[in-house]
Amino acid sequence: MSQKSRVINLYKTLLHLGREYPQGYDYFRTRLKRAFSKNKQVSDPKKIDILIAHGNYVVKELEALYMLRKYRTLKRRYYSDN
Amino acid sequence: MARVLVGVKRVIDYAVKIRVKPDKTAVVTDGVKHSMNPFDEIAIEEAVRLKEKKIAQEIVAVSCGPAQSQETLRTALAMGVDRGIHVEISGPEYDTLQPIHVSKILAKLAQEEKTDLIIVGKQAIDDDSNQTAQMTAALLGWPQGTFASKIEKQNDELQVTREIDGGLETIKIKLPAVISADLRLNEPRYATLPNIMKAKKKPIKKVSPKDLGVDTAARIEVLSVEDPPTRQAGVILPDVDQLIIKLKEGGHVP
Repeated sequence: MSQKSRVINLYKTLLHLGREYPQGYDYFRTRLKRAFSKNKQVSDPKKIDILIAHGNYVVKELEALYMLRKYRTLKRRYYSDN
Repeated sequence: MARVLVGVKRVIDYAVKIRVKPDKTAVVTDGVKHSMNPFDEIAIEEAVRLKEKKIAQEIVAVSCGPAQSQETLRTALAMGVDRGIHVEISGPEYDTLQPIHVSKILAKLAQEEKTDLIIVGKQAIDDDSNQTAQMTAALLGWPQGTFASKIEKQNDELQVTREIDGGLETIKIKLPAVISADLRLNEPRYATLPNIMKAKKKPIKKVSPKDLGVDTAARIEVLSVEDPPTRQAGVILPDVDQLIIKLKEGGHVP
């Protein structure tokens, strides 16, 4: 996969994840776009790789955030005694 | 073990604030975000892990409900389920659908599909019935491992660790069997965007309860749906004497 399509895929994946963001999709989307635009001047392939890796790290963090949020809510609702 | 059947239910999303209709007949579902019952996600995850360990060969997900239940099935397919069966039940029939009906449908499908293991979530977060696994096992005459927090395969048997009051119970059950997933069984994976795309190509078979010979006639009548009582606002008291008076009034201290 070319570096360009990896960046596009990362953006799409993050947008998809943003739909469940606790503060809302719009909040997430504007910040996501800003984060990507901030680095649009970067042209060194090695630096782009580092940025993509950071993006994928954020993807994992978001997935973990959603999972924990759901787990904690259920735990509070159904296992209140412990 | 050849085939695992997993039951999934489409429910109002866990993060949505539930509102009761003004006429007190039901809760508001129109325009409300729905998603897969979280306990069913755990059931799916367990089935997918069994397949990854080569213990299971094929996973079939079943959902009973209106046309939108197919979206829930798609999520299951994106998590790694091989194919889906949508039992279409909608309108007033779905409003009074009970776990007994779902159990009959699951039992019938389990026989048709030659299933070795049924995994369902222990309960759905909308009606909190916690009956489907138990009744399905009874209808089929299969052993059951409910509230599972750990499942291990040993020869032809499953060793299931169950969450019980104040501790854990470990049981051994022969296959075929029915298992219901508890919260701590596993951590469900997230359905990624590429997997959601791939899931669109996986097959979903549509059947009706009539095809399966299951009567879904209403067994209950909903008389009233009420909001839980709202918590009373607290009061700030000026001093300890006032507090003692109030506590005595409320009967909290002699």
